[in-house]
Amino acid sequence: MPVLWIVLAVLGLGLIGYFVGRSRALGSAGGDIRQLHSLPSYYGWNAFMFTVVPSLIVLALWLLFAPTLIENRIAATLPQATLEQSGSTSLLMSEVRRAADALDLAVQQGTMDDAFSRNLRAEFTDVTGRLKATGSIITQDVTQPVLRAAQQYRVMSSTSNLIMSVLVVVLAVVGLIYALLRTNRDFRARNTVEIGIKSILILASSIAILTTLGIVLSMLFETANFFDQYPWQSFFFGTKWAPDFRGNSALGMLPLLWGTLYISTVALLVAVPIGLFAAIYLSEYAGPRLRAVAKPMIEILAGIPTIVYGLFALITVGPFLRDAIASPLGLGNNTNSVMTAGLVMGVMLIPFVSSLSDDIINAVPQSMRDGSFGLGATQSETIRQVVLPAALPGVVGAILLAASRAIGETMIVVMGAGAAAAQMDQGLGAIINPFQAMTTVTVKIVSQLTGDTDFASPETLVAFALGLTLFVITLGLNVLALIIVRKYREQYE
Amino acid sequence: MDTKEIKFECRDCQVYYGDKHAIKDVSVDIEDKTVTAFIGPSGCGKSTFLRCLNRMNDTIDAARVMGGFLLDGEDIYDRRVDPVQLRAKVGMVFQRPNPFPKSIYDNVAYGPKIHGLAKNKAELDEIVERSLRRGAIWDEVKDRLDSPGTGLSGGQQQRLCIARAVATEPEVLLMDEPCSALDPIATAQVEELIDELRANYSVVIVTHSMQQAARVSQKTAFFHLGNLVEFGETGEIFTNPKDPRTESYITGRIG
Ligand SMILES: Nc1ncnc2c1ncn2[C@@H]1O[C@H](COP(=O)(O)OP(=O)(O)OP(=O)(O)O)[C@@H](O)[C@H]1O
Ligand SMILES: [Mg+2]
Repeated sequence: MPVLWIVLAVLGLGLIGYFVGRSRALGSAGGDIRQLHSLPSYYGWNAFMFTVVPSLIVLALWLLFAPTLIENRIAATLPQATLEQSGSTSLLMSEVRRAADALDLAVQQGTMDDAFSRNLRAEFTDVTGRLKATGSIITQDVTQPVLRAAQQYRVMSSTSNLIMSVLVVVLAVVGLIYALLRTNRDFRARNTVEIGIKSILILASSIAILTTLGIVLSMLFETANFFDQYPWQSFFFGTKWAPDFRGNSALGMLPLLWGTLYISTVALLVAVPIGLFAAIYLSEYAGPRLRAVAKPMIEILAGIPTIVYGLFALITVGPFLRDAIASPLGLGNNTNSVMTAGLVMGVMLIPFVSSLSDDIINAVPQSMRDGSFGLGATQSETIRQVVLPAALPGVVGAILLAASRAIGETMIVVMGAGAAAAQMDQGLGAIINPFQAMTTVTVKIVSQLTGDTDFASPETLVAFALGLTLFVITLGLNVLALIIVRKYREQYE
Repeated sequence: MDTKEIKFECRDCQVYYGDKHAIKDVSVDIEDKTVTAFIGPSGCGKSTFLRCLNRMNDTIDAARVMGGFLLDGEDIYDRRVDPVQLRAKVGMVFQRPNPFPKSIYDNVAYGPKIHGLAKNKAELDEIVERSLRRGAIWDEVKDRLDSPGTGLSGGQQQRLCIARAVATEPEVLLMDEPCSALDPIATAQVEELIDELRANYSVVIVTHSMQQAARVSQKTAFFHLGNLVEFGETGEIFTNPKDPRTESYITGRIG
């Protein structure tokens, strides 16, 4: 039975549970709602929950784990020689799966009947040709062991499917009956539903946390591989970035890290003051009519794709900065520069800072301002000494969001600051000159992973180490902000 | 009764909130070195009228104020008058306590710092202590001046706000129900403060307690539905009201 049908059946049972539960509860109280512990619909939801939740959990777990279990058992039955021939078990298993799918398809299209597909032998029939005829993607010749495995795979998955369907539906029915049996006027359905709602919320937050954990783990794994092949000292403290796919690369992280921090700092120096001031003007000074126009206009900035900002940097800002500042001052002849990328990125970040800060400043209660005005403070004194301190935790959050965006930005950097890593061995001037081309960690992650590469050489694996470093940095930023906000909270409020 | 100098002279004052006519044709003279009490049923416009006296209605977009408000003979709604300076002269204690999210000390030091009333830290400490004593809250907070003002109880916050308002030494102090959350002891202390302030300043107090109005004020104004029904010597109003509405309010039949 296809999964969709099972889900629909369970939901149908749940719906029946809802209505029966509700009317049973009403019946047990003789139709008088006041006799019930909870409102009738709570009894309905209670029955719905008991019907749907356990069975769908089992369904999900089964779908998640059954394929792996089946594949493991089949892999164990494959002859050693076949395994060695194909090189890796996972490659072979995907071949088996493809063959099985193709068989399914052939049966479905009617080019084979079911019995034939089960007894088919590669020695006697042109299996590969017939399976290809179904339109499936078969890359290699289907050999007899693979075909055997595929046939077995089909049998096992259809058995597993059957068991699953029966189990899930039975579970739903059991849950339904259990909930209905417990439904009487003293049953605390309202509290049960409360627990159910709480569980949904917990589930949602744990999914978010688990995903983060999963990302970190997968990165950790590859990063460990990288450090097996490349000394960590040279990665963390190396001042030269010169990857070479023929080997002998210098993969020092410092030039990239410096580029990231430098460009982000310039961007934040642009975005934070402008964004914050704009937010203060809009929320404290501007009239409602101006605000209604200006706020969406600023937010449009956030909707522009970064590639468009990149173009702006490349063809307008870069040449302008070179001709107006860098060349006359003898600071270089690059259109690509830290300044270009930083300025343009700063403009991109303005709405992040201003829009959030504006909401936060607006949330400061009017009575705070009244208190300050009532003591004879001017508007800017009030803002500096009362409104902003009260809004600080939120403003820090807004700035942090902008910082994370800046650190993760790639497009604007490539087009504005180029793709050449900082030359840290050419003296301090080359390092701090803001009109120098420079690049960031994210750009190098992309360039290490594009092109014809296998995931085994240090030149590609370094991308994971870089990614993890970036993650740790943003995490550190978050923790730092948390500490700042805590400290502030301890003082006030 | 000796006639005192008139501090505030209000003529034909009107306040509108949008279309709602909240204050209608109110004329009242507030004397210097006097406590004036505003009484009246809830929603009759006492707070609204009080806020006109230091232009706090300016911060409400919907509010429109008309009429003459002369402070020492000068119209406070004149374009040449700086509302900021006016509010330093005419202090206010709000109906709902609104301490800043700052330490108790900083709450009280806020006004004096802005107006440069203290030359150094020692002087500021002194102002803060004196104000907190006048607000009848010093003994409760003297050991925790650094803890946040928002962490105090409702009644303590109310007294902190009183201390904050007197710290700037205003010439006129507007108090909107300053004792609504206070126990009898703290109320007595605040009333003592009001009496003490009367020596030099003029105080306007909004209150729902007839006894309090009778105890602390020399003049009483009775508001009803945005109108000033009766204004006169407190003794007169409470013993011999001229308007039947006043009589039924103070004897507890309306409001
Ligand atoms: N910000 C405002 N916007 C619109 N209407 C308002 C506003 N403030 C007050 N009002 C209206 O003006 C009238 C007078 O309000 P006000 O706050 O002055 O009453 P009050 O006499 O102080 O009452 P209370 O004793 O309950 O504090 C009320 O009818 C109220 O609904
Ligand atoms: Mg009021």
